[in-house]
Amino acid sequence: MMMPAGETIATLTALAYLVSGVLFILALRGLSSPETSRTGNRFGMLGMLIAVGTTMATHDAVALPHLVLAIAIGGAIGFFIARRIAMTAMPQLVAAFHSLVGMAAVVVGAAAYANPAAFGILDALTREIHQASRVEMGLGVAIGAITFSGSVIAFLKLNGNMSGKPILLPGRHVINLGMLAAILGLVAYFVGDQSAWVFWTITALSFLIGFLLIIPIGGADMPVVVSMLNSYSGWAAAAMGFTLHNTAMIITGALVGSSGAILSYIMCRAMNRSFLSVIAGGFGAEAASGGGEAKEQRPWKRGSAEDAAFLMKQADSVIIVPGYGMAVSQAQHALREMADLLKKEGVSVKYAIHPVAGRMPGHMNVLLAEANVPYDEVFELEDINSEFAQTDVAFIIGANDVTNPAAKTDKSSPIYGMPILDVANAKTVLFVKRSMGGVGYAGVDNDVFYMDNTMMLLADAKKMVEDIVKALGH
Amino acid sequence: MDFIAILSIFVLACFVGYYVVWSVTPALHTPLMAVTNAISSVIIVGALIAAAEAESPAAQWLGLVGVLLASINIFGGFAVTERMLAMYKKKDRK
Repeated sequence: MMMPAGETIATLTALAYLVSGVLFILALRGLSSPETSRTGNRFGMLGMLIAVGTTMATHDAVALPHLVLAIAIGGAIGFFIARRIAMTAMPQLVAAFHSLVGMAAVVVGAAAYANPAAFGILDALTREIHQASRVEMGLGVAIGAITFSGSVIAFLKLNGNMSGKPILLPGRHVINLGMLAAILGLVAYFVGDQSAWVFWTITALSFLIGFLLIIPIGGADMPVVVSMLNSYSGWAAAAMGFTLHNTAMIITGALVGSSGAILSYIMCRAMNRSFLSVIAGGFGAEAASGGGEAKEQRPWKRGSAEDAAFLMKQADSVIIVPGYGMAVSQAQHALREMADLLKKEGVSVKYAIHPVAGRMPGHMNVLLAEANVPYDEVFELEDINSEFAQTDVAFIIGANDVTNPAAKTDKSSPIYGMPILDVANAKTVLFVKRSMGGVGYAGVDNDVFYMDNTMMLLADAKKMVEDIVKALGH
Repeated sequence: MDFIAILSIFVLACFVGYYVVWSVTPALHTPLMAVTNAISSVIIVGALIAAAEAESPAAQWLGLVGVLLASINIFGGFAVTERMLAMYKKKDRK
């Protein structure tokens, strides 16, 4: 069958975008296990190459040198950052990358508004933009702008440029809902009137609401925020895909959108909180002050690095529970060394990870992997929780709320109902913590500190582990 | 393509995404975020189209900025994912 040349090219182009969409699905599919993950990543790269190559080949690129230059500069910056970034800074990096996707969506939306003919969304008769495209464009720009400004705030909070404490404006729910309604109303109005002021007001309001939405959320709720922004960046790409009728963009947007949504759901479930309550923000702001008065002096035991080394050397099994504190003090390498020495003594060492430990999903796993901890020694909450009862030593380093039994017993506790690691069931608990004064993010005291079989190891996490390593050496 | 065809692709892709992502092992959730970040920069396609068409200088400049931003993400996202995935190792069999 013969087709006119133009039609053949259009068909081939559409096929190429479909192939790259499928390759992106395979990229995520590869992540089902560490063995297949790197192949998956290569599929992703190939998919991107095909998508970019197809676009460049099918448009007379008058500006080809400019394009290549822009890709080369951007690529070099991205590559450099990716090579240099510390693994502990991964949450900030991901937030920063999300902001770029959001901004790119805004810029593409603005370009489509400025030159609709290039995108094939101009009505030949009326010389106006198709009405359906206006809705897609409006939504795409709005989601992109929210992703950008929200991610910038998330980055500043994670990077420590801005206090992690929630900042609460009076009447913020009314303000936010009002702005959201205004944005949606303007998108609807945009269908009837494609004036520039409508487009730019949508964009400006969306930038503003992105800031306002993330400002009241802090600390341990960041994993949800990062996942949620991940999801938004996907929906922004999908909305642009609708505008451009591009299958690669639509498939990818849907994949990324659902991926971020599922991660947010997993994080919320791990904290036993509803997505809405996280988004509403303010968690931990009041609790910190309330905890102060109730605090009576309860006896607790302090241990030294030598005591800890002795106890663990005598043990048959040790489970290590890492948390954000390990990331902050970069203790993962020293921790691996400690585990190696213990294994030499014939002790079985495992790691237990709570889904919300750290500041992003999977944060602890990456840090342990960086320190060369084999991934088959690292277990998720459901898989290891029953083992604490048969374990000699639970070694908790920089985690607090995720081990707090109040989540099971105290109905009035802000963390009530959250699934926890049952460290209290172990014969001995070693708790590495900077000082007795600070309580976890939720601002609740932890009964584990005061148990008879608990020994508090008060020091910087890395320093303490290094001292234990020295003591084990003797 | 008509709207319904595009919508069908979108809805089905959401379902594919749902099942594929649930099968991702929790240990790889951070690389998952990094790689989804990289692939969502496929939005570069839109930026390239805008930058390649000459009629509107404003759109061209916006397109170039979009290409630059998305390229940072594409190269950075894939490279950092690769770096992370290379660190996941099994126990050495001695």
